[in-house]
Amino acid sequence: MTEPLLLVSHLHMHIGSARGAVRAVDDVSLAIGAGQALGVVGESGSGKSMLARAIMGLLPPRAVRSGSILFEGRDLMALPVKQQRDLWGKRIGMVFQDPGRSLNPVVRVERQLTEGMRRHLGVGRAEARTRAVTLLDEVGVPDPERRLGNYPHQMSGGMRQRVMLAIALACEPDLLIADEPTTALDVTIQRQILDLLRRVQRSRGMAMMLISHDLSVVAGRTDRVAVMYAGRLAETGATREVFAAPRHRYTHALLDATPTLHQERHARLRVIEGSLPDPTAPPPGCRFHQRCTAAVEGCAGGPIEMESVGVDHRIACLNPVVTSHLVGAGGAHDGR
Amino acid sequence: MAGSGVAHLRGDEALLRVEDLVVEYRTSAGVVQAVSKVSFDVLPGETLGIVGESGCGKSTTGRAVLRLDTVTSGRIRFRERAIEDLDEREMRALRREMQMIFQDPVGSLNPRRPVRELVVEGLDIAGASRKEQEAAAGRVLAAVGLSDERFRDLLPRRLSGGQAQRVAIARALAVEPQLLICDEPVSALDVSVQAQILNLVEDLKRDLGLTVVFIAHDLNVVRTVSDRVLVMYLGKLCEFGTPEAVYAYPAHPYTRALLDSVPQPDAVDGFSGPALEGDLPSPLSPPTGCRFRTRCPRADELCASEEPQVAEVRPGQFAACHHPLPVPEVPTGSGDAALPIPVPVPVPARSTA
Ligand SMILES: Nc1ncnc2c1ncn2[C@@H]1O[C@H](COP(=O)(O)OP(=O)(O)OP(=O)(O)O)[C@@H](O)[C@H]1O
Ligand SMILES: Nc1ncnc2c1ncn2[C@@H]1O[C@H](COP(=O)(O)OP(=O)(O)O)[C@@H](O)[C@H]1O
Ligand code: SF4
Ligand SMILES: [Mg+2]
Ligand SMILES: [Mg+2]
Repeated sequence: MTEPLLLVSHLHMHIGSARGAVRAVDDVSLAIGAGQALGVVGESGSGKSMLARAIMGLLPPRAVRSGSILFEGRDLMALPVKQQRDLWGKRIGMVFQDPGRSLNPVVRVERQLTEGMRRHLGVGRAEARTRAVTLLDEVGVPDPERRLGNYPHQMSGGMRQRVMLAIALACEPDLLIADEPTTALDVTIQRQILDLLRRVQRSRGMAMMLISHDLSVVAGRTDRVAVMYAGRLAETGATREVFAAPRHRYTHALLDATPTLHQERHARLRVIEGSLPDPTAPPPGCRFHQRCTAAVEGCAGGPIEMESVGVDHRIACLNPVVTSHLVGAGGAHDGR
Repeated sequence: MAGSGVAHLRGDEALLRVEDLVVEYRTSAGVVQAVSKVSFDVLPGETLGIVGESGCGKSTTGRAVLRLDTVTSGRIRFRERAIEDLDEREMRALRREMQMIFQDPVGSLNPRRPVRELVVEGLDIAGASRKEQEAAAGRVLAAVGLSDERFRDLLPRRLSGGQAQRVAIARALAVEPQLLICDEPVSALDVSVQAQILNLVEDLKRDLGLTVVFIAHDLNVVRTVSDRVLVMYLGKLCEFGTPEAVYAYPAHPYTRALLDSVPQPDAVDGFSGPALEGDLPSPLSPPTGCRFRTRCPRADELCASEEPQVAEVRPGQFAACHHPLPVPEVPTGSGDAALPIPVPVPVPARSTA
C-alpha cells in the first residue's frame, strides 16, 4: 500500500480546565488516502471537532498535543508554526459548522475569497477575482459576480456555506476537513450542500474528512468511517461494512437508537441508558462500559487496544457483536 | 404547498381544532405572515406530527394554540371552548389542560430552583398545598424516570440535556394536562438520549391517555411518533395524512422533496431522489399562488395565479396542490435496500386554461 496522505498516530489532545485536564482526544490513530473520503461520527462531546483542530493545529487555549500527524510523510507537529500555517489553507482546507461565525461579518465575499489565493498562490488581484468567480460558480452560487460584493449577512445560510466551501477550495487543497458542514442547515439545503461536497471531492480527486453527528450524512458519502466515543475511536472500517455490520457495541447501539424513515408507527427505539462520561475523569477500560449492555469482565479494566476484525475493519471492544450474515447481503441494519 | 382549506378536518370528536389560523409578526422590514390560513385537528389520544423546514411556522402554530402569541385571525377550539373568546383568566385556567415543552430544555427552566420545586411550579401558582406538591413531584419524577433521590435537589445547570428535558416534561405533567405540545423536544439532544425521550413520550401517551402535538424538523423522528402528519412550508399547509401514506406515497411535491432530502445510507449517492433547487423565499414577500412554486418541479401558470386548496387526494390523504403526485407503481422508501428505489418521474400536468 502506498503511503497515506494523512497518517495520524496515537494523537492526544488534552485541554486544561478548572476541573482538570479534559481528555478531548485520547490516543486516536487513523489514515486517509489521497482522494479518499473518511467520515468521523460520534455524539456531541465525543471529540470530533477537537480531533479536527488538533490536526489543523488550531488549538484552544491551554491545549497540549502529543503523538504524530504525518501529512505526505512530514510530521505537522514538528514543523515550525509558519510552515504549518502555509499548509493549512493551501494543502488542507477547512469548513466549519457555523458559517455565520467563521466568515468575517464586516468583510466582503471577494476579499475573503481572494485573500488566501493571493497569499498562498501569489496570483494578482485581477486573476484572483476571475478565479473567485469560477469558484463561486463551481459551488453553485448564482450570479457570482454580484455576490462578490456581498457581506455575509446578505446571504442565506446555505449560500454562506457555499462561500465557505469556495474559500476552503480556493488554493486547491489535497485534503478538505469539513466539520458538521450542514448541521445548521435545513434538510433540503443540507441535501444541496452534501451533493456539492461529493461532486467537488470526486471531480477534484481531493481527500476529505467529513465530520458529523448524523450517521446517515456520513454513510452515503464516505469510503471509510471512524466512530468516536468520549475521545477515543470505537470502530473504523469501510463505511458500508461498518453500518451494515457494526462490530463495536457502541456503534451497534447507536444505529439501533436512530429512527429511520421506514420505522413502524410507535415502534420502540433502542435506548442507550446514561450519558457520556465526564471528559476530565473518563472511566478506565472501555469508555462505553458503564452504558454497555454486553460488558464482560475486563471491559472495566485496563486499556483496550484497537484490533482487526476483518479487512480494514478495526474495533476496540472485548465482546463484539457477532455477525452471522455476509456483508452486502443485507441484514441487521438494512433500510437505514 | 401552499394552500388553505378545511377539507381534511375530521369533525366533532377532535380534542383540538384549528381553523384558518393566521399569525402575523410585525418586523422592521414589514409584516411576516408566519402562519397563513392553516387548519388541522387532533383526535383524543392521537399524536399529530407537524414537520417542515425552519421558519415554516411550526413553533408559531404551537404557540398560537396556547395563545402565547397574538392570533391575527382564525378559530381555535379546545374541546367545546373557542380560545379566541376566552379572557386572560379563563385562558390561564385552560393552559393547565394544554402544556407545552420546548427545544432548549435547560434554558426553559428557572436556573435558581431545584428540580423538586421546578416540576411543581404550575401547581404552586395554582395554590396547591405543600403536601399536594410533594406528592405530585414524586409522581411526575417517577413518570419520567428521575425518581432517583439525587435529582431532587439539583439545579438545572447540573442536569444533562436529556435529564433537563425529562424535568421539563415532568413539569408539564404535574398539572395533569390533556394536550401536550412538544416543540422540537429532541432537536438539541444526542441520538442515544433522543431515543430515551421519544420512548418516554410514547409511554406517557399510552399510560396517561395524553393527546400530543409533536413539532419537529426531523422526518425520521416524526415518522415514529405520529398517528397523523402535517407538512408545512412557508406558513402554509402542504399535506396531511397517516405517516404510512404520506411517507410512502407523498402527494405533495414538497413532501416528496423533503423525503428525498433525508440522507439514505443505502441509496445510490446517498439519496433516494433528486434535489430541490433554490433557496427558501423570503417570508416577507412570499410567492403568489402556491408558495412552493418557485422550487417546485411541477409548477405551471396555474400555480402562480391561484392558491391551491386542501383536497382529498386519496382516502384519508390530503394535499394542497394543483398537481398532486400519483401513487408510484413501487412505493418509494419501502425500506428494501435490495430494490433500486424508483424515482417518480414528475410529469407536469400543464394547464392549458
Ligand atoms: N476550549 C475547551 N476547553 C475545555 N474543554 C473543551 C474545549 N473545547 C471542547 N472541550 C471539550 O472537549 C471534548 C470534545 O469536544 P468537541 O468539541 O471535540 O466535541 P464534538 O464531538 O465536536 O461535539 P459536537 O458534536 O457537539 O460538535 C468535550 O468534552 C468538550 O466539552
Ligand atoms: N417573534 C417574532 N417576530 C418576528 N418574526 C417572527 C417571530 N417569531 C417567528 N417569526 C417569523 O415567523 C416565521 C415562522 O417562524 P416559526 O414559527 O418560528 O417557524 P418554525 O418553528 O417552523 O421554524 C419565520 O419567518 C420567522 O422568522
Ligand atoms: S404543482 Fe403547483 S400547486 Fe403543486 S406544489 Fe407545485 S407549485 Fe404548488
Ligand atoms: Mg463539534
Ligand atoms: Mg421552531
